[in-house]
Amino acid sequence: MLRNKTNNGGGWGLIPLITIAVLLGPIAAGLLGTLLPAFGGMRLTGESGFSLTPWAMFLSEPGIEMSIWLSVKTGVISTAIALLGCILLIAGWHGTRVFKALERVLSPLLAMPHAAAALGLAFMIAPSGWASRLLSPWATGWERPPDLLIVQDPQGIALIAGLIAKELPFLLLMSLAALPQIGVRGRMQVAQSLGYGKTRAWLLLVLPALYGQIRLPVYAVLAYAMSNVDVAMVLGPTTPPTLSVFILQWMTDPDLALRAPAAAAALTQLALVAATILIWFSGERAFAWLRNRSVNKGARAAGTRDSVSRLFGLSLASFAAITIIGGLISQAIWSFAGRWRFPEALPSSFGLRSWSRHGWEALDVTLVTLGLAIAATLIALVLVLGCLEAEVRRGQNLGRGGMIILYLPLILPQIAFLPGLQILLLQFGAAQGFTPVLISHVIFVLPYVFLALAGPFRAWDARIGTIAATMGSSADGVLWRLRLPMLLAPILTAVAIGMAVSIGQFLPTLMTSGGRVATLTTEALALSSGGDRRAIGVWTLVLTANAWWPFAAALIIPRLVFRNRKGLLHG
Amino acid sequence: MAETGLCLDNLQIHHRDGRLLAAVNTQVAPGTVVSLMGPSGVGKSTILSAITGALAPEFTCSGVITLNGRKLNELAPQKRRVGILFQDHLLFPHLSVGQNIGFGLPPGVDDRATKIDAALYEIGLEGFTNRDPDTLSGGQRARVALMRMLLAEPEAILLDEPFSRLDATLRDRMRKLVFDRARAANLPVLMVTHDKADADAAGGEVIELTLSD
Repeated sequence: MLRNKTNNGGGWGLIPLITIAVLLGPIAAGLLGTLLPAFGGMRLTGESGFSLTPWAMFLSEPGIEMSIWLSVKTGVISTAIALLGCILLIAGWHGTRVFKALERVLSPLLAMPHAAAALGLAFMIAPSGWASRLLSPWATGWERPPDLLIVQDPQGIALIAGLIAKELPFLLLMSLAALPQIGVRGRMQVAQSLGYGKTRAWLLLVLPALYGQIRLPVYAVLAYAMSNVDVAMVLGPTTPPTLSVFILQWMTDPDLALRAPAAAAALTQLALVAATILIWFSGERAFAWLRNRSVNKGARAAGTRDSVSRLFGLSLASFAAITIIGGLISQAIWSFAGRWRFPEALPSSFGLRSWSRHGWEALDVTLVTLGLAIAATLIALVLVLGCLEAEVRRGQNLGRGGMIILYLPLILPQIAFLPGLQILLLQFGAAQGFTPVLISHVIFVLPYVFLALAGPFRAWDARIGTIAATMGSSADGVLWRLRLPMLLAPILTAVAIGMAVSIGQFLPTLMTSGGRVATLTTEALALSSGGDRRAIGVWTLVLTANAWWPFAAALIIPRLVFRNRKGLLHG
Repeated sequence: MAETGLCLDNLQIHHRDGRLLAAVNTQVAPGTVVSLMGPSGVGKSTILSAITGALAPEFTCSGVITLNGRKLNELAPQKRRVGILFQDHLLFPHLSVGQNIGFGLPPGVDDRATKIDAALYEIGLEGFTNRDPDTLSGGQRARVALMRMLLAEPEAILLDEPFSRLDATLRDRMRKLVFDRARAANLPVLMVTHDKADADAAGGEVIELTLSD
């Protein structure tokens, strides 16, 4: 039987392999670099041999059980609430004008680096923060900042709030991307015509399909929430901190002997995340079982009021929008503030002093940050476009295994393998300069670039390629002259997403450069403990601006290039 | 078997799992039209994609496809010299009307700008060179797509319901234009259609495909 000629992949099969190597190579090396020192390998003294001393050191650290508990508690609670808020918001409001407005407000928040958002929240809710100033003294009676531990509270409530504010928009936009594939309207009409209440119909028929589409993003959120350092450093408790911050402190300690217990702690972090995802997965099963039972009973719940759930979803989303936007505004005000006494709502004078003091340095660091972001994104873009074009040439899509590899860098806690990568790099004397940092950024940028581009790339009408081919265009010609130019807008969006991801990276930059490459994110976080709000205001504003302008460019450039090509603007 | 024209010698399209999707055995002489008709899902368009070389990976084809004596089966799509028109005229949206026409002109043709203008003049679209294809009417798009295809100098023409999106009066004119041009160039035409009127207007052999299960 003859096979058609289109299945000839040529050298295109290599690109997916290179991509897998780029993603998995450093992760595998990092895990190895964590595993060995945790069990007595790679000791500085040159000795070797199996040893449990690192574990003993780690477990005898005072407060470590509390740290572990904090990581699990803040991670699970924030993920559960963010997911619930996202689901209730979509169930109750999808298709309304309120929802459209919220979507428009929340989308840009997604690009905002976690560090900037966390610092913004701190600016809002601290005892001397903007919220307290706006309410004092007329509502609170406070003439001076109250002596309350709101930010970095020992229970981790501020940390949970910060994580919810940042992850709710993420889950929401992932869901919105998935909804069109589900055919919500049809399912709802069928169910309602059979007498099911609106919320119930949604929960029984839409949610299972939707959750199936956002399961991996949910795991990514859960893993991040349990193991992040950037939000936890700003908003999380300090004595003791979460496990991940503990590990970071050990990894950056001048005493190199602490690297080994840090490795043991990193493995613990990995096991915690793995176990929690497993338990979460069992929870999904339990829900599915309950749902099936209820489907089998046929209960309609036609009279169920859904106002409470609608209100909850809406308040949570509004909370996310208000805190992050309010935080941004107060950072802007602080960066221009002269004298600003408590409890005045605004500074009594404005000036450019903070900008002239920190602006030049911020500009230098911006150039490094952007160089890194552009380089990492371009590498990722070439690999992703190569993988997607390889799908076309070879006639087969990325399978389930490929998707899992793609999501691995997003689900695997950074703190579990980056310390190992640093230990390895130190071992080989390679923990310096731009290259290790660049590679570590590519690992995290690439999955997002792929997720952003795969849909539009695959949705491109293949008949256009057929027409061009029948007119003598080669497959390369189709790619360069038709497919890529027509995909300009999604490519630029993917680039903007990639750059925002790179700009927001904290741990990879810190770990793979040994602290010697400064980016806007590392600088902003370094300032966070100092409490100089004017300096933090300048740095976080520059940080957020740089995460945002690529999105503005991605909106404007296609409008300029295709100003006479309406088919591509509203097509 | 004749050396000229498009021959589908026992062409069979199979699903990957071996099930037969469609089979056709015919020969389209130069200057004539053969119409493929049948219900949706019978594999009419898939037969066309086997001829252009754009068969989706979930299908395989057997049999021999020859065009003017050249065997097409193993040729890359861009070497087959088979033009195709779809019901959505699929102008390239990022190129101007003139660039769309120019895409069809083979490389190495000189004085491209004059040829493009002449081609637009022929289809009554003089001065449309720099226009955005999105601003064209359905009939205008159909004519640009036709001209773009003809300029690539195909040796056979495939039509995948190219008239179904046009309203009735336009449809008659467009049919006449396409069939006249094909006849003038002495090209074999294989047309997939739902519309009996298309087949009647074409005047050639009609092949009814039926669902194979």
